[in-house]
Amino acid sequence: MDKTTNQKAWLFVIPVVVLVAFNALIPLMTVVNYSVQETFGDNVFFWEGVKWFEQVLNSDRFHASFLRQLAFTGMILAIEVPLGIAVALSMPRKGPWVSVCLVLMALPLLIPWNVVGAMWNIFALPDTGLLGRMINGLGIEYNFTQQPVAAWMTTVVMDVWHWTSLVVLLAYAGLCSIPDAYYQAAKIDGASSWAVFWRIQLPKLKRVLTIAILLRFMDSFMIYTEPFVLTGGGPGNTTTFLSIDLVKIALGQFDLGPAAAMSLIYFLIVLLLCWVFYTLMMRGEDR
Amino acid sequence: MAKITLQHVKHSYLPHPAQPQDYALQEVDAVWSDGGAYALLGPSGCGKTTLLNIISGLLTPSEGRVLFDDDDVTDIATTERHIAQIFQFPVVYDTMSVFDNLAFPLRNRGVAEDKVKLRVNEVAAMLDLDDSLRRRASGLTADGKQKISLGRGLVREDVNVIMFDEPLTVIDPHLKWLLRSKLKELHQQLGITMIYVTHDQTEALTFADRVLVMFEGTVVQVGTPVDLFERPEHTFVGHFIGSPGMNILPCEIQGGAALFAGNVLRTASSLPTKDSERIEVGVRPGFVRFDDGGFAVEIVNVEDLGRYKIVVVAHGGSTIKMIVDEDIQIPSENPRISFDPNHTRLYADGWVVE
Repeated sequence: MDKTTNQKAWLFVIPVVVLVAFNALIPLMTVVNYSVQETFGDNVFFWEGVKWFEQVLNSDRFHASFLRQLAFTGMILAIEVPLGIAVALSMPRKGPWVSVCLVLMALPLLIPWNVVGAMWNIFALPDTGLLGRMINGLGIEYNFTQQPVAAWMTTVVMDVWHWTSLVVLLAYAGLCSIPDAYYQAAKIDGASSWAVFWRIQLPKLKRVLTIAILLRFMDSFMIYTEPFVLTGGGPGNTTTFLSIDLVKIALGQFDLGPAAAMSLIYFLIVLLLCWVFYTLMMRGEDR
Repeated sequence: MAKITLQHVKHSYLPHPAQPQDYALQEVDAVWSDGGAYALLGPSGCGKTTLLNIISGLLTPSEGRVLFDDDDVTDIATTERHIAQIFQFPVVYDTMSVFDNLAFPLRNRGVAEDKVKLRVNEVAAMLDLDDSLRRRASGLTADGKQKISLGRGLVREDVNVIMFDEPLTVIDPHLKWLLRSKLKELHQQLGITMIYVTHDQTEALTFADRVLVMFEGTVVQVGTPVDLFERPEHTFVGHFIGSPGMNILPCEIQGGAALFAGNVLRTASSLPTKDSERIEVGVRPGFVRFDDGGFAVEIVNVEDLGRYKIVVVAHGGSTIKMIVDEDIQIPSENPRISFDPNHTRLYADGWVVE
């Protein structure tokens, strides 16, 4: 069979190609460029090969911030996903309270990152903040600017406060899309409410939860502004996550080569983990 | 198994219904005897599903009682009514295998596992599902899934009634027929009361021994398919059942005779005694014939369907449909028609006059 070849189709693709080139490919290639060379300014470059990559991969500092990052992401996922589902399950399905709940849930999502960081910073200050004063008033010594555990807990609670709503809203949408017939059939089949959750609601939520987990994973893995404003990565380096560390290397120390190599490794890790998540969650879907 | 009785059942989805229009279901009294095959027929929104959900206990009626045999079950939960219901869209538990789906209602009721296995295999054999027992239910086609829904009703031995809420809506046309015969076969084999809700007259008339026709929240007629066809008790039944539906023509009562556009009609009805707002005459297209002794009409349209023709004629501002056998010649000049008096009835405000 003869296929018609029509090269005009490319004309329609060009705008997208140009757009993607300018906002993704060219900046990325600049980073690649920096990652394999040494520069002392004035556009003078020396070839360094994979030296920066080796340096980053072997540095204890990178390992430490990578582990901190994994721990943080793991924690917030372990809290936000179950909590989000639980909140979505307890929200009313109809009636005047639906919109009240939805607006309340959406509020934290509307607040800019740095404002969230600043809010929690002020809220949690041990001497003047409402939360900090209260905890100390209960006789628990709490100072997130000096105690690593307190700093971690504050950061995690802040993220849970800011982002659980996203999981709630997605899970709620998923729950609302389950037809009544499923619940009616379950009633007729004599299913317990646990069985309804396990056999109907959770399987039907699978797709939205995949999206929720992917979004929360990517966002939390790349988190910068909130912990930067809240703790600045401290005390010491205890809340220095990957992106905070990266900015310190690139803009603080101006080590552009190692920073570029680290960016690429960071990017590949996010990509890889997303792929693993997606593959695991979608397993057995298309049979 | 049980006889199901509805006593003065009314239902409104509003919290404080005031007028008749507020009720999705006007007062219904009905008896479903044990082991019957019933159909609930009516257009969308006539209250069929409401009535079904009241029997199954998914809805509690605003007024009236539901009895299973002599026990009042109005306030008893769905689970304890021992009923099965199959919905318009097949409900399967996606993550479970076909076997586990069928076993689900038994396991929920704490039936021993060897008994479960026995029942599931029996039911799977009845529904020709034996080959796919190990498969995941989510991978089946719509008709397979609908069979699972049905199977979940059949595995329980204590089922009083199986109810079908437009179960064939999402099934391919050529499989509809197969599944419908399967239902009929199961009914004969098991003798369980079955109530089948549909808006499709073919489905209702082929499945059921007795059909309840519903219209605007009211049961307008209960009867065998033949009753519905030959003796419609309400003009709605007349035009909803049969294809084309019954001719319903304006009528006047004058001087002790029923007149249609000035022509005296002989009918099977007596003359209405009460004052009614609207008197109509109903006659099915099959009982209208060309007759030189009848009244003159004008032929509007002839549709040839092979074995018969549908002829549309006009008289006195009304159109009348007639079904004419293929071997009957349609008069080309001055056609005159008459109605078969044994199958022509008067309707007062929609209801038949005996």
